[in-house]
Amino acid sequence: MRTIRIGSGAGYSGDRIEPAVELAEKGDIDYLVFECLGERTVALAQQARLKNPDTGHDPLLEERMSAVLPLCAKKGIKIITNMGAANPVAAARKTAEIARAHGLPSLKIAAIVGDDVLDACKQGDLPVLEFPGSMKQLGNRIVSANAYLGAEPMAEALSAGADVVITGRASDPALFLAPMIHAFGWAMDDWNLLGKGTVAGHLLECAGQITGGYFADPGYKDVAGLARLGFPIGEVGEDGSLVVTKVSGSGGAVTAQTCKEQLLYEVHDPKRYLQPDVTADFSEVEIEEIAPDRVRITGGRGTARTDTLKVSVGYVDSFIGEGQISYAGPGALARGRLALDIVRERLKLTGVAASELRFDLIGVDSLHGPQVSAQANEPYEVRVRVSGRTENMREAIRIGNEVETLYTNGPAGGGGAWKSAREVVAVASVLLPREQAAPQVRFVGAEP
Amino acid sequence: MKLREIAHSRTGDKGNTSNISVIAYEAKDYPLLVAQVTAERVRAHFAGVVEGSVVRYELPRIGALNFVMTETLGGGVTRSLALDAHGKSLSSALLDLEIEAPAD
Repeated sequence: MRTIRIGSGAGYSGDRIEPAVELAEKGDIDYLVFECLGERTVALAQQARLKNPDTGHDPLLEERMSAVLPLCAKKGIKIITNMGAANPVAAARKTAEIARAHGLPSLKIAAIVGDDVLDACKQGDLPVLEFPGSMKQLGNRIVSANAYLGAEPMAEALSAGADVVITGRASDPALFLAPMIHAFGWAMDDWNLLGKGTVAGHLLECAGQITGGYFADPGYKDVAGLARLGFPIGEVGEDGSLVVTKVSGSGGAVTAQTCKEQLLYEVHDPKRYLQPDVTADFSEVEIEEIAPDRVRITGGRGTARTDTLKVSVGYVDSFIGEGQISYAGPGALARGRLALDIVRERLKLTGVAASELRFDLIGVDSLHGPQVSAQANEPYEVRVRVSGRTENMREAIRIGNEVETLYTNGPAGGGGAWKSAREVVAVASVLLPREQAAPQVRFVGAEP
Repeated sequence: MKLREIAHSRTGDKGNTSNISVIAYEAKDYPLLVAQVTAERVRAHFAGVVEGSVVRYELPRIGALNFVMTETLGGGVTRSLALDAHGKSLSSALLDLEIEAPAD
């Protein structure tokens, strides 16, 4: 049976660089995938692109590509990534530049375009999924609208000979499904195979999260070597069979436990994991350790895809102002609470226009709120944190100021004050009829 | 005993919805999870955090439960005022749940 080996070189935009180099050097891989595009990253990238048309791709593109491109070219490893963000063509051109600089002018680099569906979305009035409202109501606050594309255009680019495929918004598992479709010639309506491939893609897409990252809990779940965590390799067969492993000698561990946690990560109904290419069914998946750091995954299935594509709509939501200050030693908790009371009253007295406010004591109740945290012991130190939502930057700045002025106006011994104010580009989702997105493959060099 | 003694857990986020897996270390303890870690108990445990519903999905083949909690992430990961906007730390709170050991 034919198999391919796919390495997962990044689980988010800022991820470590060298595990991917290790995969390219020692992983005996055929494909190297970098998943680098968070929910709102496209919207932020689009804002950058509006200021400068040559930008809008992932900020670490150059560093990642420079680190792996020569090695991948030498070994024939194909690279697939969503580092195109809001500008896949610019990312492809940049990658071509890097290839030329490394003496690799013949490398074929493809950009996938067509995920930008802002115009199509503006023509109708699609309802927002997360809150009552619609595209029209978001109005001129909208920054971007990008559809989660499926694997097909990426597979097409690979079949046309691409060495590097760069997309914008695409479903994360589809980045992994694409090489399977290309290598094995899977039909785009073979739902069970596409479901199995999606299980593999889902397990691999967060890189270190299946090799021991986001997992260790000393005394309960011990993991050695997290400082040199190895990233995962999926050995995928043409029948959709899967073994998850990693480079021998790298840090971390691939176990049944790490695989189970990742299988359910960001999953709602396990029978209906909605993807652009298939509705995947994780409910019958079985997980078995067959050797150290080798885990076999079976039982993935699928049913027909839906008629719509999920679209992430980036919009300017609000501004957030924040301030922090610390108290320590005997009475720290009481002084922290006094500080919060003072800021609460100050924000009222001075009329700061906030639509939502939050008062936390870091070290006491900031993560899970006062009810869940009620049993906590008195800490040696606490950090006061006040954050609030406002309509503009001027008001947001006033929130942090009211924390900072605790230095000279608040409880005794307040130290390490810090403040920030920022615009919030948030993301809402809509569903677009799939025929309204028209993805295309563009090889750089074929551009006018 | 605490849930932590027999199960491990991971949190994921999508918009304003958090999902938490609860996975038995040993298959024999899975029925204990099914019997005692109910959606109602999880909702009560997260009083003040979960403002929406809690739905539980069962995955017997891997000995796991998956809890999907709506209106949990301060209006959504991308706009939340919370320090832990993703709710990554919620799994650790759930493992603090008290479990009655079977009398054997």
